[in-house]
Amino acid sequence: MELVLVILIDGLVYGLLLFMLSSGLTLIFSMMGVLNFAHASFYMLGAYFAYQISRYMGFWPGLILAPIIVGVAGAAIERFGLRKVHQYGHVPELIFTFGLALLIEEIVQFFWGKNQVPYDAPEVLQFALFSIGTNEIQAYKVFMIAISVLIFLCLLYVLTKTRVGMIIQAALSYPRTVEALGHNVPFIFMGVFGVGTALAGLAGVIAGPQLGTFPGMAFLLGSIVFVTIVIGGLGSLWGALVASLLIGWMTTFAASYNVAMADILMAVGFEMPEEMSEHALRDIWTLTLPQIGPILPYLLMVVILVFRPYGLFGKRDA
Amino acid sequence: MTDTSSIMAKKRSYGGLSTGTVAPWVICTAILLVLPYVFQSNSALTIMNQMAITIVFALAYNMLLGQGGMLSFGHAVYMGMGGFMCMHVMNWVEYENIPLPLPLLPVIGGLFGMGMATIIGSFSTRTAGTVFAMISLGIGELIAASSVIVVAFFGGEEGVSGDRTYGLPVFGYEFLTKIEVYYLTAGWLVLSALLMYLFSRTPVGRMANAVRDNPERAQFLGYSARWVRFYSFCASGFFAGVAGGLFAINFEILTEENLNLVTSGSILLITFLGGVGFFFGPIIGAIVFTLLQSVLSLQTELWQLYVGALFVLTVMYFPGGLAGVLMMHVVPYKLGKLGTLVVPYIKTLIPAAIGILGLASFCELMFHFKHAAVGEHDMSLFGIEFSTHSPIPWIVIIGLTVIGFWLAKRSSAELRETWGNANVMTSSKEGGAQ
Repeated sequence: MELVLVILIDGLVYGLLLFMLSSGLTLIFSMMGVLNFAHASFYMLGAYFAYQISRYMGFWPGLILAPIIVGVAGAAIERFGLRKVHQYGHVPELIFTFGLALLIEEIVQFFWGKNQVPYDAPEVLQFALFSIGTNEIQAYKVFMIAISVLIFLCLLYVLTKTRVGMIIQAALSYPRTVEALGHNVPFIFMGVFGVGTALAGLAGVIAGPQLGTFPGMAFLLGSIVFVTIVIGGLGSLWGALVASLLIGWMTTFAASYNVAMADILMAVGFEMPEEMSEHALRDIWTLTLPQIGPILPYLLMVVILVFRPYGLFGKRDA
Repeated sequence: MTDTSSIMAKKRSYGGLSTGTVAPWVICTAILLVLPYVFQSNSALTIMNQMAITIVFALAYNMLLGQGGMLSFGHAVYMGMGGFMCMHVMNWVEYENIPLPLPLLPVIGGLFGMGMATIIGSFSTRTAGTVFAMISLGIGELIAASSVIVVAFFGGEEGVSGDRTYGLPVFGYEFLTKIEVYYLTAGWLVLSALLMYLFSRTPVGRMANAVRDNPERAQFLGYSARWVRFYSFCASGFFAGVAGGLFAINFEILTEENLNLVTSGSILLITFLGGVGFFFGPIIGAIVFTLLQSVLSLQTELWQLYVGALFVLTVMYFPGGLAGVLMMHVVPYKLGKLGTLVVPYIKTLIPAAIGILGLASFCELMFHFKHAAVGEHDMSLFGIEFSTHSPIPWIVIIGLTVIGFWLAKRSSAELRETWGNANVMTSSKEGGAQ
């Protein structure tokens, strides 16, 4: 029972982190109609910028400044890169963001090297807040949860209750009509792109100390973020939340419970083969849940795409 | 409908056999035959083998991306699976004495790749666009991850290895030397490139283009967009598998690296760099990329940065790729105005090259300054030795960069104007009459 609680909290931390990335990505998708492959790279940039700032000014200024810098960089890339490629069609756009992801990884390696950089949580938050059984829960984890929930509430409020949010929502669905009403739609798109990348940057700032800040961090999370928004339904904020939490808990549970395939097979009534090393199906017998944990999200995505291409909450075709 | 289409088909096949279409194939085959006599070193042969395999793979990939309009993020799966199967067959030939000559091995890889593509394509080709891209990404990650789990087939971390020389000798050749393998690979390259070209001329290949451009309209004509995509996908899987078989023969080992997202991503990069709009685009892309990879990576640690920058700039400014840039010159050539472009090109490209080299040197200098071992201040660029801690190299390099780009920018206006003139039928009389 205690273990379940701990896993629930760990999964929540991971899921909310995914949500901070996928919420921005899903907004950007509903706006441009194209998936931004470089989204996780902005997450990495956020972590590295925060690390650089924290070396001179400490953790807290980095928490504010790094996402802003990332957001400005993102807006600039939309303005001077993506908008230019947009005229060639969707596939070149997707390929552009793919190339951008490669380039950002190389640039990060250029400036900060290939090894992990020592970016740590602030000392104020380095203590065990409470413990469940023998498992201590770090204060920083609770801080991560708090920040993510706060961001989600802010996003929900801005998008549904304010005038700016209304204009954005209208611009996503009927850009031409909104333009005819006198709003600067390209500017709105640039702003949404900037805010989306800033959110990814913020996720990087708070995840860097927990998951490590190294050049591979974008690649590690990048494809999972896509999987998340595809499962949740492209363009749906609630879908992104549900799918993030689902994936967070699913992978954490799979990593923590050592269920072996051999036990299941024997429970069903199969006989364990004597000569395991030569058996043709030996890999099925030695399979364990932690082994297949990392590929569960991809499996889920393929199944969902085959049977329900809209995703869980999506309204439009991907 | 059958009457007209058969007449059309006849016309096309007769029209296809002109000297204009046959000549490039003959010339390329001749070049492939002669190349080992020009570049005789062992490393050159390795690079050429690598290049040939990449060309086959890139052409197979372009059957999807360029001709079918399907963006795949997991095409390494079909090459890798074909390769792994070939590795196993190679080992069976060795231990069970199956009479299978080595040159036929890629067929098995191809059939296995096609089998995989048939299974996965049966559900992934229902739509093109983002759904297809995402399914291919998911499948790619799944297979790459299972390569560590399913040890029986993928060999786990160390992969599957074998020995190509234990098979049956073919006409006395046992494929012990690199040169024999080169001719085997080159033969398969020509054969599969020719088959892929011919596939693009068949009605299915033509319909793939139509479905790419306007699936709705193709369906109104009575074709199922889904089946057309499925056929292209299977054919592409076959040739990717052939490439995998060639890889198995050349390197005699396949690992998880042959299946993962990095390989899938780099084939996308190669194909797009070469140009997806033309059949020969991926060939150029594969040649340029392999050269960059093998030559540039010896010279500098930063080669991936340069390749990444080149890729992004290509997408932004030349979405047609290198082949597109080449083909842009067909109109001026036909108008007989290619000569007028030479001088402006020299005036713009030489300063631009200086500027780019200056920028690259600046990157190298900064990289050395930041990451070199403590106390190591000396570095050499283009054969010149200097210290990174004196201001002179910095000033020289920044100066060269700025001057190069400034000169290039200044003369680019002239280039643009000449380019505009070279692409229109000028005759001042006609212009005046209007």
